[in-house]
Amino acid sequence: MISTTHSQGKQMKHTISVLLQNRPGVLSRVTGLFSGRGFNIESLCVAETLEPDVSCLTLVTTGDNFIIEQITKQLHKLIDVIKVTDISDKEYVEREMVLIRVKADANTRAEVLRVVDIFRGKVVDVSPKSYAVEITGSASKIQAVIDILRPLGIKEIVRTGTIAMARANKG
Amino acid sequence: MKKITGSQAIVKCLQEEGVKTLFGFPGGAVLDLYDQLYDAEIQHVLVRHEQGAVHAADAYARVTGEVGVALLTSGPGATNGVTGIATAYMDSIPVVILTGQVPTPLIGNDAFQEVDIVGITRPCTKHNYLVKSSADLVPTIREAFHIARTGRPGPVLIDLPKDVVAGMISYPEKKPIRMPNYQPTYEPHIGQIGKACKAILNAVRPVLYVGGGVILSDSHADLTELATRLNIPVTMTLMGLGAFPGSHDLSLGMLGMHGTYTANMAVANCDLLIAVGARFDDRVTGRLDAFARNAEIIHIDIDPTSISKNVKVDIPIVADCKYALTAINNWLNSQKAPQPGKTDSRLKEWLATINQWKAEHPLSYKDDGDIIKPQYVVEMLDELTGGEAIITTEVGQNQMWTAQFYKFNSPRRFVTSGGLGTMGFGLPAAIGAKMAFPDRHVIDIAGDGSIQMNIQELATARQYKCPVKVAILNNGYLGMVRQWQELFYNKRYSSTIMDTVPDFVALARAFGAVGLRAEKKSEVKAVIQEALATDNVVIMDFKVAREEGVYPMVPAGKATTEMLLV
Repeated sequence: MISTTHSQGKQMKHTISVLLQNRPGVLSRVTGLFSGRGFNIESLCVAETLEPDVSCLTLVTTGDNFIIEQITKQLHKLIDVIKVTDISDKEYVEREMVLIRVKADANTRAEVLRVVDIFRGKVVDVSPKSYAVEITGSASKIQAVIDILRPLGIKEIVRTGTIAMARANKG
Repeated sequence: MKKITGSQAIVKCLQEEGVKTLFGFPGGAVLDLYDQLYDAEIQHVLVRHEQGAVHAADAYARVTGEVGVALLTSGPGATNGVTGIATAYMDSIPVVILTGQVPTPLIGNDAFQEVDIVGITRPCTKHNYLVKSSADLVPTIREAFHIARTGRPGPVLIDLPKDVVAGMISYPEKKPIRMPNYQPTYEPHIGQIGKACKAILNAVRPVLYVGGGVILSDSHADLTELATRLNIPVTMTLMGLGAFPGSHDLSLGMLGMHGTYTANMAVANCDLLIAVGARFDDRVTGRLDAFARNAEIIHIDIDPTSISKNVKVDIPIVADCKYALTAINNWLNSQKAPQPGKTDSRLKEWLATINQWKAEHPLSYKDDGDIIKPQYVVEMLDELTGGEAIITTEVGQNQMWTAQFYKFNSPRRFVTSGGLGTMGFGLPAAIGAKMAFPDRHVIDIAGDGSIQMNIQELATARQYKCPVKVAILNNGYLGMVRQWQELFYNKRYSSTIMDTVPDFVALARAFGAVGLRAEKKSEVKAVIQEALATDNVVIMDFKVAREEGVYPMVPAGKATTEMLLV
């Protein structure tokens, strides 16, 4: 009847949204918890909410059900944490933004523009040899753009990490 | 309204929180506070090392159930306290640690005696604060005491910059604490209580597995009621010793790595394990997949993170042990449950098996003429104090023999570093306990290795006329590590031989204490009697059998049924 929690369950990606008191050191309490207990963080995004003394932190992590349960419980145990929601349990929307500087010379310029257009991105900086483009979407869309632009010559890339929001109840 | 200084406000606030004694060591960053303490009603105990201050405050909390308080200066004062803080954190002990800090304009400047103690202690405190304005001083202290003593208790550190403490403020009125983010669950879910009770009434081989949570929540009487009413055998963790009378027939003693044969066999063979305020620590479970393999598990704990952390639980109950046990007892009292006595025949077979295990493999050791066996010293201490002394320990063999052979019949008598396993804990802890209960015998059962880690606190004990007794089980080894080397490293005693130790009798004298020595078994009793009758700090140096081991022992990574016996 006993199964230990160390047995490897199915590894799943989870997006966890955390409301925090906006105080000095709070972020380090969260990251310290992850490093101290060996949980992994794939991406982490944090900014103020409408209330300036409350921040919203979105983090993406991977683990089996036991690990995810420990992560949410441990986060909730931090005194400065107001609310923890594993939003991948529900319907949700997620977005990430990426800035990519890609080689754009006479031969590739048209192709870069076409790709940007297909992915509904835009060019935000132009130089004689490169374009910087901005693309927004889910993590998988961002990955697709990167895969397509890579052969054209990506010179620099900056990603924001995922932010996410649960969908409103219908009706 | 009349303004007062921050330091006056701090002392006033500590008094409001019921602080009578605090343990500390002064320094530049806390001079203002020490000036206030000069004529305050709070007693300040000057330790000889900051680690001792935190251990003493921790032990004060363990024996009284109140919040212990330590006051340290900035920089090295604060870092010296870290081991003490981590010790309290691992054992869930309510302690508030006040540390001095350099003035706010200097923070981050690598100023003299500056250290980021809030950063350093973040992973080993329940919560911590850097107070940035004088107006926040009193509300922060109140919140810190609230956090330390509620929910799963723990240490809370408050870092106090010198200029913040020097500022002038109007003392804020006491208001109820409002912390919407921090609402520990005290009341159990009543549906879960019903499920648990049914499981308890259906079980034919139940065991209660009890930890420090029962002591922290003062629910030993409720636990005893449950156990004795249904005849459920009780095993305790190191932290749980005293939660149920050790000499009761239903007591199986401690479980785990150095637990009794009966306790480990009972847990391995039970059909229902009722965990109360315990956390399935690796020293308790041994190899996880073999632990309580056939049992349904009920787990009562106030900390949701403890539940299903190591072992999957069938009936989780997030609640204070006191509330949960009361609810279970009330449920059983209601007409739905059979009345006491009726269940006797149901468990008859199980109790007979347990008694057979007890008879086959009781805790024991081999006597060896007039050589002093360390277990014998612990047994004599138990006998001569009637099992009623407050016992602190260091860490290692001394700690395990104490847990095995001193029969703790009441809670808050056994003070030991369970989770962190801190050598050097016992002597300052004894001082903390003795300051709380000057009329009780307080004995530190120590090894010759660990006593040397904080032996400077003998001076503290002397200064405050705090006649603690230290019983050194002196084998000239770091005994527990040596035992592992004997069993698993072909007796290669790498750096565990301590054949150069001080003459403890002469050392005691140097501190103005009394030193006694026993080298033969026949001398042990007289030495203990003399120590107990002496109104001074006493060191008893027992030259014990050098290579005695602690048994039973479950080798690391093995199932708890794979015990090495005496």
